[in-house]
Amino acid sequence: MKPRKIANSIATNTIACIVSLILIIPLLLILVNSFKTSLAASDMTLALPKEWRFDNFKVVIEKGKLDTAFFNSLIYSAGSVTLCVILAAMASFVLSRRKGKSSKILYLFFVLGITMPINFVSLMKVMQVLHLYNTRGGIILLYAALQMPFSVFLMYGFISKIPREIDEAAVIDGCRPLQLFFQVILPLLKPVMITVMVLTFLNTWNEFVLPLYFTGSTDKWPMTLAVYNFFGIYFKDWNLICADIVLTSLPVIIVYFLGQKHIVSGMTSGAVKG
Amino acid sequence: MNEKRAYPLYFVYGALVLYVALCVIPGLIGVGYSFTDWSSYSDEIKFVGLKNFKTVFSADENYLKYLNNTLLFTVVTTICKSIIGLALAVLLTKKIRGLNIHRAIMYMPAVISTLIVGMIFKSILNPQSGLLNEFLRSIGLGSLALKWLADSKIAFWSVMAVDIWKGVGYIMTIFIAGIMAISPAYYEAAEIDGASGWQKFRSITLPLLMPAISVTTVLNVLYGLKVFDIIYSLTNGGPGYATEVLYTGVYKEFSKGRYAVGTTLSSVMFIFMLIVGYFMIKVMTKEEVEE
Repeated sequence: MKPRKIANSIATNTIACIVSLILIIPLLLILVNSFKTSLAASDMTLALPKEWRFDNFKVVIEKGKLDTAFFNSLIYSAGSVTLCVILAAMASFVLSRRKGKSSKILYLFFVLGITMPINFVSLMKVMQVLHLYNTRGGIILLYAALQMPFSVFLMYGFISKIPREIDEAAVIDGCRPLQLFFQVILPLLKPVMITVMVLTFLNTWNEFVLPLYFTGSTDKWPMTLAVYNFFGIYFKDWNLICADIVLTSLPVIIVYFLGQKHIVSGMTSGAVKG
Repeated sequence: MNEKRAYPLYFVYGALVLYVALCVIPGLIGVGYSFTDWSSYSDEIKFVGLKNFKTVFSADENYLKYLNNTLLFTVVTTICKSIIGLALAVLLTKKIRGLNIHRAIMYMPAVISTLIVGMIFKSILNPQSGLLNEFLRSIGLGSLALKWLADSKIAFWSVMAVDIWKGVGYIMTIFIAGIMAISPAYYEAAEIDGASGWQKFRSITLPLLMPAISVTTVLNVLYGLKVFDIIYSLTNGGPGYATEVLYTGVYKEFSKGRYAVGTTLSSVMFIFMLIVGYFMIKVMTKEEVEE
């Protein structure tokens, strides 16, 4: 290698490492301090704990009522992910298969929702009228509705690439629409369904604004709001706050590492058309 | 094959009902309520014409500042995320050790809840004990150790910096996918012609990345206009009104029970975003519509 190339390579590697450090240090800071004693964590330094306190996590689960919060987050995410994936897949399938102008317009009407801002004030009114305010079901429906536009957008694009001959063969064999969809089409949608599931899961798990507006009682709060509330009460015990943050973020980080490929493909479709 | 029978419209109803009931209708009736005096103080709702819009756009109130802040936030974060994201994408498509680890790390902040990112940076930016100021003092730059979130002159810039920290990996990832989709043949040809790295970037990467750049710009702009989470968790609009944006304003009006003003702020946004949305749809569905 030429000296200039070597110098170049050292420079690019160094820059990459520095940037990575800037992005990872704040997260490491939280991880390290979650194992410290309250006094040691009060400085919030990157030093490794002198005394490893694993029971921080136990304390935080009890004091922060993380079991209820975890349960809430789980049903909000699981419920809305399931609902959103199935309804979006059914809608996208029919919209992308029908050739008429009206289905194209309907599709664009869905996609417009990607940009639409939420009007929390009037949404509150609608939620009250529909008796969805301060109910777990209401939050699930709301999450599913808000993820719908992007999910339809992703699935529509995917389904357009599945040949229509498959449907035709199935219909000739006597498939009814529901059978055709659930037994023939749905299995083919697995890749895009996983993408939608991963993205919807991450979004709903991290969401806190909607529960902030639309759940009146703390027993319906998801983990994100619980950790914020905990932060308000135990603001002096950074070790506990860090432990709480670690527990709240763990599910999304696990899903992120398992589904990294799908996140990237979902995030980039639309942006990059191959 | 009978299209109507094989692809019945009732397949669309579930998604449509949810979407219309919980996204479209609230937006539309919100516009309607902007012309009333709806509040938590009285059960009667009266038509008041453009009064709320006059309030929102009057110079005596702070709302114009909120609007200004929202636009400033949008412009600054969009430009910074695009430039840094692009630079990182170019960097991470070169031959580098542990490429995938770098990519994974740089995307990581994007998957953490914004609320939590806010809490983490409240600690890091703490003037006395925060990691950033400790670091600055330790390398002899103590004079740069500012009150990042408490000083009204710099608080908004600190918030924007944290937002860029969180969002840049996401933009970078889109650019990486865009760069990898460019055929290597172009670069090989350029190399034979003796093009420099900068020339290759300007004449090949940048033009071919234009579709990705337009999409990330739209995404960044939409995000910036709608921003709430990061500000709520870092400063909640303070100190004073220094970091207040449209959506924190809506939340405050809502908490005070001044629903009409809150919904008017939202409606201004709604109409604005529909216009932005129209252009976004044009960008995102370009190929499909042309088909």
